[in-house]
Amino acid sequence: MSEASDTLVKFDSVQKSYDGETLVVKDFNLDVARGEFVTMLGPSGSGKTTCLMMLAGFEPATHGEIYLDGVPINNVPPHKRGFGMVFQNYALFPHMTVAENLAFPLQVRGMGKSETSEKVNGALEMVRLGGFGDRRPAQLSGGQQQRVAVARALVFRPQLVLMDEPLGALDKNLREEMQYEIKHIHEELQVTMVYVTHDQSEALTMSNRIAVFDDGIVQQLAPPDELYEKPMNAFVAGFIGENNRLFGEIKAIDGDFCQVELEGGGGMVKALSVNVDGVGSRTTLSLRPERVTIGAAPGQSANSLEAKVVELIYLGDHIRSRVSLSGNDEFIVKVPNSHGHVHLKEGEVTQIGWEAEDCRALDA
Amino acid sequence: MTDQTAGNGVVLAADGTPLKASLNRALRKNRMRALLLVAPLMLFVLFSFLIPIFDMTFRSVDNWHVGTLMPKTTVALADWDGKDLPEEPVFAALVADLRAGAKSRQIGKVGTRLNYEKSGMRGLITGSARKSKKLKDGPYKAKVLKLHKKWGQLETWTVIKRNTTPYTIGYYLNAVDMKYDKNGEIVMQPENRRIYGKLFMRTFAISLAITIICVILAYPIAFLLATLPLRYSNLLMIFVLLPFWTSLLVRTTAWIAMLQSQGVLNDLFVFFGMVDDDNRLQLIHNLTGTIIAMTHILLPFMVLPLYSVMKTIPPTYMRAALSLGANPVVAFVRVYMPQTLSGIGAGSVLVFILSIGYYITPALVGGTDGTLISNQIAYHMQSSLNWGLAGALGALLLASVLALYLLYNRIVGIDNMRLG
Repeated sequence: MSEASDTLVKFDSVQKSYDGETLVVKDFNLDVARGEFVTMLGPSGSGKTTCLMMLAGFEPATHGEIYLDGVPINNVPPHKRGFGMVFQNYALFPHMTVAENLAFPLQVRGMGKSETSEKVNGALEMVRLGGFGDRRPAQLSGGQQQRVAVARALVFRPQLVLMDEPLGALDKNLREEMQYEIKHIHEELQVTMVYVTHDQSEALTMSNRIAVFDDGIVQQLAPPDELYEKPMNAFVAGFIGENNRLFGEIKAIDGDFCQVELEGGGGMVKALSVNVDGVGSRTTLSLRPERVTIGAAPGQSANSLEAKVVELIYLGDHIRSRVSLSGNDEFIVKVPNSHGHVHLKEGEVTQIGWEAEDCRALDA
Repeated sequence: MTDQTAGNGVVLAADGTPLKASLNRALRKNRMRALLLVAPLMLFVLFSFLIPIFDMTFRSVDNWHVGTLMPKTTVALADWDGKDLPEEPVFAALVADLRAGAKSRQIGKVGTRLNYEKSGMRGLITGSARKSKKLKDGPYKAKVLKLHKKWGQLETWTVIKRNTTPYTIGYYLNAVDMKYDKNGEIVMQPENRRIYGKLFMRTFAISLAITIICVILAYPIAFLLATLPLRYSNLLMIFVLLPFWTSLLVRTTAWIAMLQSQGVLNDLFVFFGMVDDDNRLQLIHNLTGTIIAMTHILLPFMVLPLYSVMKTIPPTYMRAALSLGANPVVAFVRVYMPQTLSGIGAGSVLVFILSIGYYITPALVGGTDGTLISNQIAYHMQSSLNWGLAGALGALLLASVLALYLLYNRIVGIDNMRLG
């Protein structure tokens, strides 16, 4: 999706092993376009932070090459790469004031005093901390420290900024606020960002593209909407957003669609054939809760099954209904709290249905 | 809200007693328990440490001898103007005191005490006391003056009069190389008799040298300890602590074996042709020996605080500095080192204070120019038995350590000191 000349960072078959026995990162390929916001998302131990550290130059790649603007940088030490970096615990130097922290990258680049203080003040204004320059990092709140860390990574105008779970230590409200703030800074400065997180909502909010990591492999690399709506395998479907899983065996494939017999005696359903091996193989059906209709009459949608209501949780804007379907007790249906919605009772047996396009047949 | 508040604004607990009193009662049990837990150690420290220290320090100003053993003379001298020899009543009192002192065999103590201030006083006092029995009835002035010509010198009486007071600063004057001159003025000792000032300076200089060498040697080790993976750092830590588990005396004597002119080190030097066989290096029983042995012994006290501080510095700080464009040396000097200052401070204070008061190692390997003030204190405790002077020297040492401690607190802040 990006032109070769537009590519700023390129990972080319990068592998990483710490102990010479197991690969933490297996064959990682990624092109990051100039000005793009790419997030590496995955559970802990999936290799995403290792990839970031290799890009930053703190860990050598065991195999493969990383290119910056087409130039291999494997042998360039971190301090010559010129990337801004925000660390998980901010890594603000505790013995320096906020202004000294921000001036540090400018001083080591030999910038003059007046220009330095001008840039420092500009960066502080950008993160709305003007007047905080004389404080020590320890005198700031978590959110303020976070903003200083971002400002410090940006003050020397790097072309690439790396962020390693920068919002992990903040509470929920502050985290959301900071997500927007970082997103706005990204839009304003047109800087390329590579962001690492294990929080999917963070990734969905901020990124142009997301690389979902698991087990040292990129499971899917796609824009947020595509990732959510068109997961390519069971891991991505399960990791991004809420997801209903049904297991079954493929009985027939008919163009883009397939017929699947559900385990647990639920009967046959029609699903979009996305990532299946062929007739007779096992498959995982992935279905978003909000795409399921409840109380639908048989025949109204492509698939229609009987389900027993197990639990109802009132959540204000919607009612979360856990139903038992084809032996699966964890099937979730979201009933919007709209005018005249269906009223369910626990223990009741109802008809639920969904369209074939919303139900994706993935790997087992 | 129905806060229970009495008329005068005191907050009351549910049963109507003031909240503060209630709280105190609740906490009293905890306080008692804490007190009981520390009581054995507190008593031990009190009797074995604090009381002896106060006793020794008190001896440095205590001046009971003349006042107690020569009470009549003390009274008689009270309104002597010091311009001419005293009159008959003083001599009469002197004879009475000398007689009583000779009888009780206590007069020697007065002689010893006065001898610290002016040599020859012991002989004068004890000799006169012995002869005082033969003196017939008074008037005594002429007879006493015949006993010894020194009784006719004004200075003798000045010294006695000065020491009739129950407290004295004489020991302290002595400890800082000062004395009273003939006229009772405070002056410096003659050049060739000033020893303690030099010794204090030497003690400080040696301690400073040891501290600096310890910082230089310990810093890289502590850094390695803090950054190595746990399994290697544990092994290395054992090597660092090994000296701790060996007796101080054994380590010091090992250094004697290593450093003496027929010792291991010199043998190696000769073997490799680095020094001539007839010209072996003098590494022990001098300053060099003291510095080498004490640096080795005190090194762990520098490594441990440094290590404990470095252990708490996450590696991300260095990484952050590198990512911001600082080369490794700049990153280390500007980001890492400042964060270890508290460890350097703690280790330096510890090593410096320990070396200032070090005794056994300099005594064994120090020779003449490698001994410290503590060795002089020990000499006055054990050999010269001038405990007052030993107390004064000790008190000065204690005061200088406390002053350093306060200075450190002022500069670095004692709360920043971490000892592990």
